[in-house]
Amino acid sequence: MKLINIIKNGIINENPTFRLVLGMCPTLAVTTAAANGVGMGLATAFVLICSNLVISLIKDFISSQVRIPAFIVVAATFVTMVGMLMEAFVPALYESLGLFIPLIVVNCIILGRAEAFASKNTPAAAVADGLGMGLGFTLSLTTLGIIRELLGAGTVFGVQVMPQSFNPAVIMILPPGAFITLGLLLGLLNKLTAKTAKAE
Amino acid sequence: MDYVGKLLLILLSTILVNNFVLSRFLGICPFLGVSKKISTAMGMGAAVTFVMALASLFTYIVQYAILEPLGLEYLQTIAFILVIAALVQFVEMVIQKMSPTLYQALGVYLPLITTNCAVLGVAIINIQEKYDLLQTLFNGTGAALGFTLAIVLMAGVRERLELSDIPEPLKGFPITLITAGLMSVAFLGFQGLIK
Repeated sequence: MKLINIIKNGIINENPTFRLVLGMCPTLAVTTAAANGVGMGLATAFVLICSNLVISLIKDFISSQVRIPAFIVVAATFVTMVGMLMEAFVPALYESLGLFIPLIVVNCIILGRAEAFASKNTPAAAVADGLGMGLGFTLSLTTLGIIRELLGAGTVFGVQVMPQSFNPAVIMILPPGAFITLGLLLGLLNKLTAKTAKAE
Repeated sequence: MDYVGKLLLILLSTILVNNFVLSRFLGICPFLGVSKKISTAMGMGAAVTFVMALASLFTYIVQYAILEPLGLEYLQTIAFILVIAALVQFVEMVIQKMSPTLYQALGVYLPLITTNCAVLGVAIINIQEKYDLLQTLFNGTGAALGFTLAIVLMAGVRERLELSDIPEPLKGFPITLITAGLMSVAFLGFQGLIK
C-alpha cells in the first residue's frame, strides 16, 4: 500500500517536471514530437529505477564524502547500457534523441532522487520511487510532445489529426515553442491548483 | 587563412546562432536557477567558461589518447563525467589556494557545474563533430560565452520583472520560461547570419 503511494507521489504530487521543475534540458529539447517524448521518458525511467535500486543497495558501503561521484558512476553505467540497447533495437529513435541520451546522466532528476530518496530508503521503496518519478517524467514529456506536435505539425504520434486546411505553426517545433508551451502549461497548472486549494 | 576563418565561424555560431541555452537547450537548470541577479549570473558565467574550456581540452585528450587507442569508446559517457567531476574538484582547490577573492566570487557555483549538462554536452559535440584540438577549444569557449550571454541577459530581464505586475499563476518559473521563449525568438533572427 505504501509503495503505491510512493509511485502516485512521483506521478502527481511531486511530478518532476511540473512540480519539482527538474530535468528541464531534455524536457524542452526532445519534445518536438510525442513519440520522442515517450522514448526519452521511458529511457530516463529505466535509468532512474536501476540507479535508485543499486544506490539503495550499496548506500551502507559508500562514505558520504565520495557519494556524489559514486552516484554519478552508477547512473553513467546504466545510461551507457540504455544507449546501447536503444541503438540496437530502436535506431530511429536513438538518432532523433541523439546527444540527449548520454546527457541523461546529468539529468538533475537522477542525482536528485539518488540523494534525496534512494540513499535513505529500502530497495523496494527506492524502486517504487524510481518508477513513479520515471512515469511522471514520461507523462509530462508526452503531454508537451503532443501539444507541440499537434500545433506545430498538425499530427499526433505521426498521425494527421488536424484538417488539411490547418496551417501548422512551425514556431511550436522550434526552440521558442518549447519554452513558451512549458511556461504556459506551468502557469495553467498553478492556476488550477490554486483553485482547488481555495475550494478545499 | 581558411582555417582561421573556420575557427571564427565556430566561435560566432556557438555564441549566437546555435546558442547553447536558447537553441540547443543545454544548461537550462543553472540558466533558470541562477539568473535572479546580474552579479550572480556573471559569476556563474565566468565559472562555466573556465570549466568548459578546460573540460573541452581534457576530454579531447582522454578520448584520443586513452579511449580510442584502447578501443574503449563505449565508456565515453562514464569517462567524460568522471573527468569533468575531477576537474571541477581540482579547479575548486586551485582557485581556493591561488586566489581567495576569485574563490569567494565563484565558490558556490563551482560544485553545481558538474551536473551542468552544457559541459558534458560540449565535450560530446566536440567528438561527434570530429573537431581538432584548436577547434575543440574554440567550440568550448564559444559555447560558454554563449551561455554567459544568455544568462546575463536573462538576469537583466528578471531584475525588471521583479518590479512588474505579473498575473499570480505565472509568477516564478512560468514567466521566466515565457521570457526565455521570447529571447529564443530573438536569437532565431541570427539563423540567417551563417549559412
